[in-house]
Amino acid sequence: MNIIINILSMTVPFSVALLLASLGEMFNQRSGVFNLGCEGIMAMGAFVGMLIPFSIGGGGAVAAGWNYLGILLAAVVGALLGLFFGVVVVTFRAPQGIAGIGLQMFGVGTAGTLFRHFVGGTQSIPGLSSNPIPFLSDIPIVGRIFFSHNIIVYLAFLFVPVAWYILQKTSWGLEVRACGTYPRAADSMGINVNRIRYEALAVGGALAGLAGAYLSVCQIKMFSDELIAGRGFIAVALVYFGHWKPVRIMLGALLFSFTQTIQYNVQGLGINIPYEFFVMLPYVVVVVVLAFTSKNQTTSPAALGKPFNREIRT
Amino acid sequence: MEDKIKSLKMEHITKRFPGVLASDDISLNVEEGEILALVGENGAGKTTLMNILMGIYQQDEGRIFINGKEVRFRGPEDAFKAGLGMVHQQYMLVPNMTVTENVALGYKKAWKPFRLDLEMVRERVEEISSRYGLAVNPDAYIWQLSVGEQQRVELVKTLCLGAKFLILDEPTSALTPQETDELIDLLKKMKRELSIIFISHKLNEVKALSDKVVILRHGAVVFSGNTSDYSPSEIAALMTGHEIVLPENREPDMHGDVALAISDLYVRSDRGFFAVNGLNLEVREGEIVGLAGVSGNGQKELAEAINGLRPIEKGKIEFFGEDIANKTPYYVIEHGMGYIPEERNIEGIVPSFQIKENFILKDSDDEKFARHRFLKKKEINSNAEILRQNFDIRCPGTNTAAGALSGGNIQKVILAREITRAPKFLIAVYPTRGLDMGAIEFIHQELLKKRREGIGILLVSEELDEIMNLSDRIAVIYKGAIQSILHHGEATKKSLGILMAGLGNEEEKND
Repeated sequence: MNIIINILSMTVPFSVALLLASLGEMFNQRSGVFNLGCEGIMAMGAFVGMLIPFSIGGGGAVAAGWNYLGILLAAVVGALLGLFFGVVVVTFRAPQGIAGIGLQMFGVGTAGTLFRHFVGGTQSIPGLSSNPIPFLSDIPIVGRIFFSHNIIVYLAFLFVPVAWYILQKTSWGLEVRACGTYPRAADSMGINVNRIRYEALAVGGALAGLAGAYLSVCQIKMFSDELIAGRGFIAVALVYFGHWKPVRIMLGALLFSFTQTIQYNVQGLGINIPYEFFVMLPYVVVVVVLAFTSKNQTTSPAALGKPFNREIRT
Repeated sequence: MEDKIKSLKMEHITKRFPGVLASDDISLNVEEGEILALVGENGAGKTTLMNILMGIYQQDEGRIFINGKEVRFRGPEDAFKAGLGMVHQQYMLVPNMTVTENVALGYKKAWKPFRLDLEMVRERVEEISSRYGLAVNPDAYIWQLSVGEQQRVELVKTLCLGAKFLILDEPTSALTPQETDELIDLLKKMKRELSIIFISHKLNEVKALSDKVVILRHGAVVFSGNTSDYSPSEIAALMTGHEIVLPENREPDMHGDVALAISDLYVRSDRGFFAVNGLNLEVREGEIVGLAGVSGNGQKELAEAINGLRPIEKGKIEFFGEDIANKTPYYVIEHGMGYIPEERNIEGIVPSFQIKENFILKDSDDEKFARHRFLKKKEINSNAEILRQNFDIRCPGTNTAAGALSGGNIQKVILAREITRAPKFLIAVYPTRGLDMGAIEFIHQELLKKRREGIGILLVSEELDEIMNLSDRIAVIYKGAIQSILHHGEATKKSLGILMAGLGNEEEKND
């Protein structure tokens, strides 16, 4: 029983980085841009996020405000990287897959280089402490699983319905969906397709930056070159897994994080199965589920990955 | 915004695309309450001109005046503000959104901060649809609607956004004959409140609807005048530069052997129901069987099933005595089937491939074009050159990407490929949809030529003239089964129309 509660109470905070990054990627893809550089933006976000509290406290305790400033700046840097990606793939119409891999390498490499320059070796920081919600966190079991985390966790899950509302119930969401499905129609209605795509990239980048900072400031509380460890790519996969829908993406993030926490816990139990099997498990789950859920996707943005050019007919 | 558009003038409009003069010094004007027909063959520059009027393209020279004042549109939004609205030939509707959401895309009044007032949009949609008698369901998703319904949505959308001047780009090209008649009636009524420019190459519609006609050829105006002063054939002659008489099948029965025999065939549609529902049909050699029907009654699924592109649940397809049900497309092709598919851009050609490459799609490993799987460049080039000349395909060269051609020329590419492979049988699905008179004439002649050579042809069409002109026998399809088979002489437009609507002979007597 205890181990199950343990697994579940880790599942929720461990899913946050994936959740934020894949919601960001969802906005990108809904507008028609495929951003494989999510991983790179996360790396930059992670670096910027930890740099602020580290420079102030030198690895020691700092006021919570510095952590929040770091997280905020990570979102800003992420948004700027999203816009930079927009210059490459929206304005100059570079092939999005390749440009995304470029952004990934650029982000991971730059973050690592800057880290060595400004910080040096691996350093941990105290990071953001948790804020159990009064009363709710006292509920047995449920309180520990859902209400005993830091503020970013609560905000990330609150953002799921907000993201749904933005997509379905605001004019901006309507524009984003139109640009991702049938940009020519959006254009004929006087919508500036490229502008919407830039905006979506900024939003998506900010969320990816936030996701990175969550890892370095809230979850792992340090930075290293391998910190992101492919989560950016998993986030992209989760968008497909979730059929571009916020709630399903959240479920995907939770499922992935669940199988991953199983791995941490089972390793400690000394069960006689090679631990590599459990390390592999979350990725296998993603691949298998993707294979079985990829049919009949009516929500899929039909114009995904195609640059828009008004005067060229396709 | 509330001002009426009393007059609209385009003067000396010129637009060049790389290597093409798309609009050559074109002038036209439309007064309040008038319907102007813009007529011309595919590629004559009609759509380009209207895209310039809507601000989608920028003209290189020339000016546009509304109510005597010069206007410059930098994008479609400027044209909306001036009261212009265009219904494009390819509908500008987002398929996975509802009707209301599609209108909301352009209805900025409902764009509140942090909230989209869809209720307000829905009321507007309902108001417009009842005022103009355009029945639409505001909550339906676009992908659920038929082509005719989608067009009504386009009209409603355009009117909701405050259009007082409508531009319709080939509004009837994808409609069934019944839907076309409804649209013409509707536009006649709407003319009381607005002015309309409509692009067409169907001359009976031009005659029925328009007050004035402007004819374009190769980007330039070759004629403009009052519609009532000219007969359809005079307009056709001006449009193509020569007289057009569509060929008719007046030849004697060839009494050929059975080439294709379909018995008790069941095929599912994409949505899972039986689109072909117990269908029986026979086509003989040297015979054209016209399959008449409103589109969506199983024609597409039937054609795909015969060609191995769609699984067959039950039933037999005997092709020269051999059962080809559930065989691969390769097998069907190898047994001599020629196929002109419905979606010429998707199924008929590979748009990004060169014309000459599209010619050999089905024969790329044939001895004729390849040696040990290495392509023979010389043979491919000379084959392309011959086909281009024989089929009068108008293109800069056979190295051009096939997707860059006009619809008529793409269809000629497909026809050329399918016919010159010397098939034993030919299935032609909507072979002339959206094409101009010159191209239709050519394709009809080629089909008749093949018939004379003793080839059986299954012709799927909803153009009754086409069916009646070409067919030896006419099979009417309704809800996936053959409703009735008529001989060449027995069918009239009226009787076919009644059968296509699913009403049997009893109802006809009561009529």
